[in-house]
Amino acid sequence: MNIIVCIKQVPETTEVRINPETNTLMREGVKAIINPFDMYAIEEALRLKERFGGKISVITMGPPQAEGALREAISMGADEGYLVCDRAFAGSDTWATSYTLAGAIKKLGSFDLIICGKQASDGDTAQVGPGISTHLNIPQVTYVKKVEEATDKTMRLERMLEEGYEIIETPLPALLTVVKEINEPRIPSLKGLMRAKSAKITTFTQKELDLDPQQIGLCGSPTQVVKIFTPAPRLGGQILKGEIPEIAKQLVDLIKGEVN
Amino acid sequence: MDYLLTDEQKMIKDLAHKIAEEKIRPVAAKYDISEEYPWEVLKVMGESDMFGLFIPEEYGGFANSTMNLCLATEEFSRACGGIAVCYAASALGTIPIVLFGTDEQKKKYLPDLAKGKKVAAFAVTEPEAGSDASGIKTVAKKEGNHYVLNGLKHFITNGGDAETYVVIAMTDKSKGARGATAFIVEKGTPGFTFGKKEDKFGIRASSTRELIFTDCKVPAENLLAKEGMGFIVTMRTFDMSRPGVAAQALGIAQGALELAVKYVHERVQFGKPISSFQGIQWMIADMATEVEAARGLVYSTARMLDAGVKDVSKESAMAKMYASDVAMRVSVDALQLFGGYGYMKDYPIEKYVRDAKITQIYEGTNQVQRGIIGLKVIKEMAK
Repeated sequence: MNIIVCIKQVPETTEVRINPETNTLMREGVKAIINPFDMYAIEEALRLKERFGGKISVITMGPPQAEGALREAISMGADEGYLVCDRAFAGSDTWATSYTLAGAIKKLGSFDLIICGKQASDGDTAQVGPGISTHLNIPQVTYVKKVEEATDKTMRLERMLEEGYEIIETPLPALLTVVKEINEPRIPSLKGLMRAKSAKITTFTQKELDLDPQQIGLCGSPTQVVKIFTPAPRLGGQILKGEIPEIAKQLVDLIKGEVN
Repeated sequence: MDYLLTDEQKMIKDLAHKIAEEKIRPVAAKYDISEEYPWEVLKVMGESDMFGLFIPEEYGGFANSTMNLCLATEEFSRACGGIAVCYAASALGTIPIVLFGTDEQKKKYLPDLAKGKKVAAFAVTEPEAGSDASGIKTVAKKEGNHYVLNGLKHFITNGGDAETYVVIAMTDKSKGARGATAFIVEKGTPGFTFGKKEDKFGIRASSTRELIFTDCKVPAENLLAKEGMGFIVTMRTFDMSRPGVAAQALGIAQGALELAVKYVHERVQFGKPISSFQGIQWMIADMATEVEAARGLVYSTARMLDAGVKDVSKESAMAKMYASDVAMRVSVDALQLFGGYGYMKDYPIEKYVRDAKITQIYEGTNQVQRGIIGLKVIKEMAK
């Protein structure tokens, strides 16, 4: 089973600071890690490879230092790392990112499965995984918490819902996004770390991928971030007191007041 | 202080640190209370190649080096001295096979030990043979293609949980120390059973049991080195493993120091964090300096061993004795800095005092170490 895992390098902090002028993430001085949800994607790929054999390719789009994330994935047991990196891709929103990653995946050739984390811990959009499957025109199953059955042709998956879960069967190739309930990511081995140190990382630029210039980078990104702010905390509610008919009347008056 | 570690050593230290923080620290209190053997942690160590650090590459190990073993043991011990000793005791049981095993013995036992699929133990101590190993009463009598073992070992770390044991028994009592022989004994061999599990003051995650041999038939091919070499096997093994115990003590001291420094920052009395008081700062200064001095001794000794220096028994004894005395002093002072809270089991620091104490006792009491050092220094000076 040939598996592609899409990962993202994110700042290691839950208190991400935003540049107030550009409305983008401030990454300076913050250690970069693999997006925690992507760690579950890597682990699930490793478990499937242990069962079915095959190859795991890890792919990320980002600045040159995102290579570190690919090496970390290789130290855990992934086979190959691909860095999608070009100034032309800078400023991509989730649409342009998923278009670009889909382009890189087409370049890699045939595959059976793509696994992504459910979302990135910095942007929190959960859009890139589904975006990739749309661009590649393959089925997607999001929020997967368990692989029930797998063959080289189909998969039966438990997909997490707000209350409970649903079971979905999909033909392969398909794209999954996974949640943290699916597994516990392994710690790398020394042999893996040694291998990762010298592993070759292939870089794809716009030149190699030859994508539609209108659909990449800032110019291919329809999203405009107008403002980022922390919502004001909710003020305490109002408790109505008295007999029930009286409270009901007060409540109706209050609602009327709000409506008007 | 910068010890100018190689890239490979840094990688080992970082990985051991990650295992310690993510897999050991969160469960340290649980195993201290339950006294269960921490298989879940040992499995992670095995998958990460940590058991390969003291096994040559041709037998499935990573890189056979005392320095590597010390770096890993120190990091594990920062988080839990008890879980770390399960690891270090497996090294102790493996080292004699690495040092004296035939190619066949190494091929048979080392690959599984390197992967952590099995753990090892080293069995010398008996009720009447502690510091005085010449008091060993367990006997091994040759009968055809077998040796028949009879006797009792006690206080054996990993006893009962280990699969592979190196056992010292007397093949010829009349020869005294030259009548002792080392054997590899597998768990499950008929006549080999386990006695009671000890209820200990500290390092409670590790198991300590009696080994009982009753007409236990061990195949002659399991003899390690030669008949009569049992004490040489023991001494050479301890020379290699003592820096490991020293590293365990060092890790406990470092872990206690870190917890204490964090606590004095947070603890406010008289309107200020207590770290702003000179009396506290001076205690921290002494603790930190002693820990660093211990580290210098431990790493230097490990590097001597890795460089192939023949006689390191003095340095090995110094490292073990000093690091364990520091572990005791620093953990007691760390508890003092926690004040009344430190005395309570809800806080992690009292465990460090309990875990530190054993390092002054096992693998040769610190009095025995001082004996080794004193004699050696006097001999050297007399030359």
